[in-house]
Amino acid sequence: MILVLVETDAQGATLVSREALTFARETAARLGDQPVHAAVVAPLEESMATLVMKQLGEQGVAVVHTADDERLTTYAAAAHAAAVVDAVRAEQARMLVAAGTPRGNEVLAHVATRLEVAMAANVVAVDSVEPLVVTRQVLGGSALEEMRLDDAVAVLSVAGHACDPEPAEVPTAPERLGYTPSVTDQDLVARVARTEVTVVDDTAALTGARVVVGAGRGAGGPDGFKDLLELTELLGGALGVSRVVTSLGWRPHHEQVGQTGSRIAPDLYVPCGISGAIQHWAGCQSAKTILAINTDRDAPMVTKAHYAVIGDLHEIVPAINEELRRRK
Amino acid sequence: MANVLVCVKRVPDTAGEVLLSADGLSVDARHVGYTVSPHEECAVELATQVAEATGGRATVLSVGSEDAVEQLRNALAVGCADGVLVEADADLLGPADVAAAVAGVVREREAGGLSYDLVLLGNDAADTGDFQVPVRLAYALGRPVLTGISTCEVQDDRLLARGDGPDGTEVFELPLPAVVAVMEGGVSPRYPSIPGRMKAKRAPVETVALTAARQGSGRVRLKLPPSQPSSVEILGEGPEAAPAVVDLLTRIGVVGR
Ligand SMILES: Cc1cc2nc3c(=O)[nH]c(=O)nc-3n(C[C@H](O)[C@H](O)[C@H](O)COP(=O)(O)OP(=O)(O)OC[C@H]3O[C@@H](n4cnc5c(N)ncnc54)[C@H](O)[C@@H]3O)c2cc1C
Ligand SMILES: Nc1ncnc2c1ncn2[C@@H]1O[C@H](COP(=O)(O)O)[C@@H](O)[C@H]1O
Repeated sequence: MILVLVETDAQGATLVSREALTFARETAARLGDQPVHAAVVAPLEESMATLVMKQLGEQGVAVVHTADDERLTTYAAAAHAAAVVDAVRAEQARMLVAAGTPRGNEVLAHVATRLEVAMAANVVAVDSVEPLVVTRQVLGGSALEEMRLDDAVAVLSVAGHACDPEPAEVPTAPERLGYTPSVTDQDLVARVARTEVTVVDDTAALTGARVVVGAGRGAGGPDGFKDLLELTELLGGALGVSRVVTSLGWRPHHEQVGQTGSRIAPDLYVPCGISGAIQHWAGCQSAKTILAINTDRDAPMVTKAHYAVIGDLHEIVPAINEELRRRK
Repeated sequence: MANVLVCVKRVPDTAGEVLLSADGLSVDARHVGYTVSPHEECAVELATQVAEATGGRATVLSVGSEDAVEQLRNALAVGCADGVLVEADADLLGPADVAAAVAGVVREREAGGLSYDLVLLGNDAADTGDFQVPVRLAYALGRPVLTGISTCEVQDDRLLARGDGPDGTEVFELPLPAVVAVMEGGVSPRYPSIPGRMKAKRAPVETVALTAARQGSGRVRLKLPPSQPSSVEILGEGPEAAPAVVDLLTRIGVVGR
């Protein structure tokens, strides 16, 4: 059995969790028609639970394990891990899969430590099942590692957008198995005390944007963003920047795209004055179309882009803005 | 007073093309040099701030080759008081091994009368990105752990920490001792001053041997994603390209047709 830890948001099972389910289902077929189970450890309202059960059925899930413990409403990685470990043990799962999100990786690290097994973060493919060898992203995705997982339970997270969330050929009506998890007070020590909701969640605006205008060292200084911000507004998008820009204090860190910033997957990314270092590429490679603006025709961002304009962004961007206004 | 241990990893400073060693087991960094993750630079800054605010000591630790002393000295130059090198070939170690090595140092120093109230690490190593050492370390020490933390401060024997969660800024309050994995973005690492650099040269660095048995990383080999031949279409040069750009934006449906 393969167990998938499913994260939920206002739309039910998150997109990346459904990707992880598809990944698990394909792997289960290769392991000899193993069933796929899901674990939902955060308590859900009944209407949300119904929606999630339906979504998991579309993914061909056989059984959904739901932890009944109100204390899990507030996030605490150790407590969520305790609940996942219960499900792994009760069903003797061979493999535990989660999405490679901050929480997915955190909970899995706790689970792997508790089970005294290895964990592979950000897996993109299963290379062989006997022995189990997976390929995962290292160096922010600019290199790959083949890793062996020899333990009785293979614990792995799936990198975002490693596969599309395809519905199962035969949808299921999953059985719902509620259980009382063995969460101790100790597991609740590191829980969220409170969440301060910012008026606009800027990071979410960036990661969810359909269009992102990028700005790097080529912006030239803290005052070099006026035209870029105007373009962002004309396109109804968000501004994303390189690390040079944030570490020089030109723009706030929550706008940073890359290995140590946000990962974006917009329909269009327009990096202006960004060279395209591997750590920046790590955060923008999922963009559908990339249009680079750069003085250097040989910059990696230009050679990796789909389209490019060569020249000074301070001349090109105002001209684009004007053209956009003219045609409106 | 709070004593802080902060862990940094020496990693290749590759910005462009990644080269692999002949055996495919490691990154060839001869031509690019080495650095530490931005997450860890922020952890060093936070360690220094906590030590300064509480009158405690910040110690920097690395598990790696003798060359990792370079990364220890960089942290000593910005406020850490002393360093520890656990000498080992980091390429052969997995996250459980690194966690065991760090836990060993914490316990040994505690036996010697120096206890660390807080251990800071980066959220994920820049090269292997295992997302595990902080959590495994916390279990080895029997302490609570937070990951994805941007800022933290010590108030008496409690830790106040903040990090970005899916619904906004999450606030945590925990009893010390604790383990915290830091993400870039909450603090700006300071630049080393000239006196700082001088002090770093003289600061003590203790070298200890790796004793625990190795579990390894499970690495079979590294490989590079297939390189895509460039298929860029140059729309033009300079501001004259603007109409071609807007045509493209219209074609892909980003601006209204
Ligand atoms: C572990 C690690 C993690 C990192 N994480 C990140 C990360 O998350 N995000 C990130 O971005 N970086 C990250 N970096 C840093 C990364 O390696 C690069 O240093 C950084 O991305 C470079 O930023 P840049 O492209 O703005 O600057 P540069 O590399 O200096 O490039 C500037 C570009 O602008 C062009 N240019 C200059 N003037 C103009 C002009 N007037 N008009 C048009 N073009 C112009 C130049 O031709 C050049 O291509 C990380 C590094 C490490 C080691
Ligand atoms: N060899 C090492 N030496 C010191 N610290 C390390 C080492 N490996 C990992 N760490 C620390 O653990 C964090 C997370 O690493 P990882 O779990 O490997 O992604 C890093 O950001 C470092 O702070």
